[in-house]
Amino acid sequence: MTGRTVAVVRPGALTTVQDLGRVGHAHLGVPRSGALDTGAVRLLNRLVGNTEDAAVLETTVDGCALRAGCAVTVAVGGAPCPVRVDGRPAAWGTAVRLGPGSLLEVGAAVRGLRSYVAFGGGIAVEPVLGSRSTDLLSGLGPAPLSAGADLPLGAVAPSVRGPVDAPPWPGPPDELVLRVRLGPRDDWFTREALETLATRAYRVSTASNRIGLRLDGPPLERAVPGELPSEGMVLGAVQVPPDGHPVVFLADHPTTGGYPVVAVVREGDLGAAAQAVPGTPVRFVPVTRRGPSGGGPR
Amino acid sequence: MSSRRSGPPRVLRVGDRALLVELPDGDRAEAFHAEALRRRAAGQLGSVREVVPAARTLLLDGVDDPERLAAELPHWEPAPLHARVGEAVEVPVRYDGPDLPEVAELWGVSVPEAVRIHTAAEFRVAFCGFAPGFGYLTGLGERYAVPRRATPRTAVPAGSVALAGPYTGVYPRSSPGGWQLIGTTDVVLWDPRREPAALLAPGTRVRFTAEGGR
Repeated sequence: MTGRTVAVVRPGALTTVQDLGRVGHAHLGVPRSGALDTGAVRLLNRLVGNTEDAAVLETTVDGCALRAGCAVTVAVGGAPCPVRVDGRPAAWGTAVRLGPGSLLEVGAAVRGLRSYVAFGGGIAVEPVLGSRSTDLLSGLGPAPLSAGADLPLGAVAPSVRGPVDAPPWPGPPDELVLRVRLGPRDDWFTREALETLATRAYRVSTASNRIGLRLDGPPLERAVPGELPSEGMVLGAVQVPPDGHPVVFLADHPTTGGYPVVAVVREGDLGAAAQAVPGTPVRFVPVTRRGPSGGGPR
Repeated sequence: MSSRRSGPPRVLRVGDRALLVELPDGDRAEAFHAEALRRRAAGQLGSVREVVPAARTLLLDGVDDPERLAAELPHWEPAPLHARVGEAVEVPVRYDGPDLPEVAELWGVSVPEAVRIHTAAEFRVAFCGFAPGFGYLTGLGERYAVPRRATPRTAVPAGSVALAGPYTGVYPRSSPGGWQLIGTTDVVLWDPRREPAALLAPGTRVRFTAEGGR
């Protein structure tokens, strides 16, 4: 095995190629997709000298193992996990140099859910509609990793490397606090339901995935029965299906839907949502609904 | 159609960077969508990165200054739909769907007459959803609306032409589905290497033609 590739030795439970997503095609029914923890991806790409939008690997729970076909710089981050190169412990959260034939082992997440692996030059699978991301809802982009597969790497761009020392790594949350703006369909819910949303604790359900963070907790009661005619959905939408349990839409969410959206989570809080393991307590904090334009910091 | 009947559209905030415009009916939603595309092409929508039409709404996502745009939107005056023209996409169909007899019965007509009704209508893609390239086509009118099947099929073949509510749709690939299947087409509905990737993108005019058989 030679050339600018990495071979998949152990794919892990679910490892996908992700970049910053397939923006601009929602009107054709194409989800945005892309990495769930975008902060981690941007930082890792800077660490290995890529532009922030280069494609990386997103693991789920138990990491993955890869063999380098060439000398390449890698960085593992996101959910903290043990990292080994040819059996020896290596640094997490910083750039590591692999020689040709080196085995990179990304261990199970110690905290959080999703670790990311960035390679110098980025994963260079063929883009679909401008993105290399795997979209698990609609099947666009490359299939999840399988053992024996070879992933092509892009050429290293020497000019983009900037200094990154001591990068900040916010740990996965013990409690997930999601700031929300109420609406657009908060008027479909009872006053008590809005009170419940703002004050009661939820927990991340095991049924969560890249499409949505599903939550267990007190159901939200509707003031208006039935379904809406389908309407456009955004990243972070808190959709409430008939069972009353809120679902926070993540990157692979459908582009339209007929269940009412009671509130929308701030985009900046969704990276932490990507790392919240099942059972993590969740609180919603409504932020000012109306205010002077220009408002507060994001 | 008078635009005074219902007043200006309602504009709802969706998070920090998106707006949902609510129109009184599908026709006006389609007209409003066309107006948004016209303004975007003219460079008047700034940072907006997604313009997503739906049954009675238009979603604008990636808005720099939602307060300002929310104040402007009610003053837009979209041209009525019939004033615009474009070439219709022709979709040849074998009207051999397993639910066609049931649809004909719901309409109170014979099967050949149901095919005639479907091929005589002029459709427009109101919006997409469900799957990449799955368009919701209007044109049959409410009197031909049909319910979804009580039990969805676990696998509807790609190319199936189907009805649900007032809409006609064509499955771009095999998937589960609860729509009433009336026929099959061989046209390629979705090809990411094509521009646009969806044959039936919002705003496209469509005609179905009967191919062989019935």
